[in-house]
Amino acid sequence: MAKVHVTATLNGNAVEFLCETRQTLLQVLRDELQLTGTKEGCGTGDCGACSVTVDGRLMCSCLVLGAEVQGKSIQTIEGMAEGDKLHPLQRKFLEHAALQCGICTPGVLIAAKSLLERNPDPTEEQVRYWLAGNLCRCTGYQKIVEAVLDAASEMRGG
Amino acid sequence: MRYEAPRTLEAAVALLSGANGQARVLAGGTDLLIQMRGGRLDPDLLVDIKGIPEMTSIVAESGVFRFGAAVPCMELVEHKALAKAWPGVIDGANLIGSIQVRGRATAGGNLCNASPAADTVPALIAAGAVVSIVGPRGRREAPVEDIATGPGRTSLAKGEIVASFLLPRRPPRSGDAYLRFIPRTEMDIAVVGAGINLTLDEAGVCRQARVSIGAVAERALLVPEAAATLIGTKVDAEALKRLAAAVSAACRPIDDKRGTKEYRIKVAGVMARRAAEIALERARRTS
Repeated sequence: MAKVHVTATLNGNAVEFLCETRQTLLQVLRDELQLTGTKEGCGTGDCGACSVTVDGRLMCSCLVLGAEVQGKSIQTIEGMAEGDKLHPLQRKFLEHAALQCGICTPGVLIAAKSLLERNPDPTEEQVRYWLAGNLCRCTGYQKIVEAVLDAASEMRGG
Repeated sequence: MRYEAPRTLEAAVALLSGANGQARVLAGGTDLLIQMRGGRLDPDLLVDIKGIPEMTSIVAESGVFRFGAAVPCMELVEHKALAKAWPGVIDGANLIGSIQVRGRATAGGNLCNASPAADTVPALIAAGAVVSIVGPRGRREAPVEDIATGPGRTSLAKGEIVASFLLPRRPPRSGDAYLRFIPRTEMDIAVVGAGINLTLDEAGVCRQARVSIGAVAERALLVPEAAATLIGTKVDAEALKRLAAAVSAACRPIDDKRGTKEYRIKVAGVMARRAAEIALERARRTS
């Protein structure tokens, strides 16, 4: 069976790849494009470690086939910082020590960025509900929530 | 495995009905890709229907909403006019999985995966939603309650696709609500679900009602005898008590790790009563 040829936009740049029909977007990112910032946790859409956005919509890349992103625009953790300049969310995660082992962190950051794009001034409850699909077994979430709220405040110019 | 992404319903139907071996429709993939990964399903052909305009659009025409079976739940939730007209349908769409899962999961997939615990299904049944089905013999319509026949089984023939959902025009003073019970607040599967849709007259008397319950039988049930307990009443405490009893009487659940039979029967009545109270409040607010 011939591989599928896909052209898409990845973190703002044109990209093309060949993939098996069964390969997930997560496998394509990690194994074909060597972008290993996106992590695999459960592989069944429960943990959110593989979160990316496709055409601005937050989703688990383990639940998307590589073949499905033909013509789409994908954002991963690798596109979050501008060169050496960290995104405010990334900086606040460091300041608040909102990570320990780090496996969930890229997914949490992508999900939090997606929240702040829609709602620049979320309540703590809204942050907790939005991030319900991102499991973290280290932090107990408190520092993650504080970092997101602090980043939101800074991004609003507060 | 072949992957195809046709641009028309006709092409999708031709692929599915002409397939040798196992063919599956791919919408959001939040059930299908997990079943494939787990080895429960090994299709020879996937037909990705997200390139088909009817299946991915939301159209409002003089009070009637038609939304594609492949519209992701988040798009339904974010559609202001739809959310205002059918808050109970949105309750269901907004309870599935996480934000990530709702970014992909669709009402069409939720219906055709035919889990008895599907959250959008009781809400859509209560709403009186009709699906438009396209297949090798053309197009037909069917009420949502006629699609699932049991866990993982549907009444669809080979090559048939649920293309879109039609929500009827709403009379004034109408409200709907869907509630489910889970032991936590997010990321779980319904132990029990209840959808209520009702319409009041000018005096506040309930004139029309539909009641649907999920996760308490082999499929989501429409319960006309429960709706009858509300019609002709002001949805007062006495009517709500009779509603709960009628809902509990209609349950035929299984025992499983999420709840015992006895527990589900009791909680179904409670969920229906609470959903009716929310639907009532919403109906009053629209007047």
